[in-house]
Amino acid sequence: MLLIPCPYCGFPRPEIEFRHAGEAHLMRPEEPASDEAYAAFLYERENPKGIAAERWRHVHGCGRYFNALRDTVSDRILAVYKPGEVRPEVAS
Amino acid sequence: MHFSFLSLLRQAFANHEGWQPYWQQAAPKPFYDIVIVGAGGHGLSTAYYLASEFGMRNIAVVEKGWLGGGNTARNTTVIRSNYLWEESEAIYEHSLKLWESLSHVLNINVMYSPRGVMMLAHNHHDTMVLKRHVHANRLAGIDNEWLTPEEAKAFCPLLNIEQNIRYPVTGAALQRRGGVARHDAVAWGYARAAAALGVDIIENCPVTGIRRGADGAVMGVETGKGFIGAKRVGVVAAGHTSVLMEMAGVRMPIESFPLQALVSEPVKPMMPCVAMSNTIHAYMSQSDKGELVIGAGTDVYTSYSQAGGLHISQHTLEAICELFPATRRMKMLRNWGGIVDVTPDRSPIIGKTPVPGLFVNCGWGTGGFKATTGSGHVFAATLASGEPHPIAAPFSLDRFRTGRLIDEAAAAAVAH
Repeated sequence: MLLIPCPYCGFPRPEIEFRHAGEAHLMRPEEPASDEAYAAFLYERENPKGIAAERWRHVHGCGRYFNALRDTVSDRILAVYKPGEVRPEVAS
Repeated sequence: MHFSFLSLLRQAFANHEGWQPYWQQAAPKPFYDIVIVGAGGHGLSTAYYLASEFGMRNIAVVEKGWLGGGNTARNTTVIRSNYLWEESEAIYEHSLKLWESLSHVLNINVMYSPRGVMMLAHNHHDTMVLKRHVHANRLAGIDNEWLTPEEAKAFCPLLNIEQNIRYPVTGAALQRRGGVARHDAVAWGYARAAAALGVDIIENCPVTGIRRGADGAVMGVETGKGFIGAKRVGVVAAGHTSVLMEMAGVRMPIESFPLQALVSEPVKPMMPCVAMSNTIHAYMSQSDKGELVIGAGTDVYTSYSQAGGLHISQHTLEAICELFPATRRMKMLRNWGGIVDVTPDRSPIIGKTPVPGLFVNCGWGTGGFKATTGSGHVFAATLASGEPHPIAAPFSLDRFRTGRLIDEAAAAAVAH
């Protein structure tokens, strides 16, 4: 089970308090947008083997969304940051 | 070498010293008509059907590890074809029919055992969904029947049908032709038959790049054993599809999740069928060795770690203990994870990509083993002609742009 530090609630908490909410930093395309742009927004994912930026929601805590950087090979969480903040630079 | 009672007898008198390896270790040639990336069940069956049915001989299968060592070695071997939509029914039924003659065709015992796959309903919603599947399947000529809780217990006496438990059984959908097969024998059988037809199987050969020409078309693959040229490249890499397609600059509608399974200590035959419950993410069958083979749902986050969270398998075992109280004091011997490639509509992607000469067969998610046969067959047809086989055509990558999704989430979101 992952231990996830919520940037609002502090110290690491068990994964079952959270809901995974998919890839972070996806932007809805500006209208008018092509079918390709919508397909990319809705379905195409980076799915990296390495550092992934992803959203989590602390459903059994503050209820808020935040972003995390996680290494998808080791499952180690490298950084957490709030929505709107710039993705931090980390070494894997 | 043909396997038969006679060859067994002959070897018995010769101290079993004359058996040959199933396939020879091949060194890569500079150029092939078709290179298949990934020597799992689907990749090997693709190579076999290309050679046996579509007359291609200059084929290589390259594999970063050893043959059949990924999800082929890790899955729980459930075979069934009772999917909801016509497109899915076509490909899974095509696969099931190929399973029925596979041991004979490959001259190896793949231990295909049509012992029945029973899908349990636990509430009104489950009942309606599974009955809808039963009716859809019967319209398509695919066997699937509805059982009352009493009939389900008659078919699987271990089942607890008390109505005072957390997830009471309200009925079940049974596909009698569904069952299990021996996963390693499937990979080895396809490899042996393909190698006998001249296919080069190149293990320990990771693909590090996909080379494209000035016109954008595929020229071949960069590997740990040097560049291998190819007219067409087929990527059949399951959980690592996104990583490989990225090498050709193609972004995929795929996310990779860990899917866990576990086996118990071996016991005498007690479980006569496959029972599965999508609602509580658990399914169980018994292997010929006597181990209970138990599968869980996927973890919630994407990962390549081939290990999931323990709370996921704990949740599954709680459900198994309640549905099959006889298992409560059994010990679990091993648990493990595989990395499955999940698409947004839980249906596979088979066919062309935006890169000329590059083809992909992926997105089988949590339930690809059952389609090893049919997937390889229709992908071989697609690679041989360059155009999608009619059964593969609806599963195009383009469907995510056109919106013609094949939404099997209700059937296949979790367990297989």
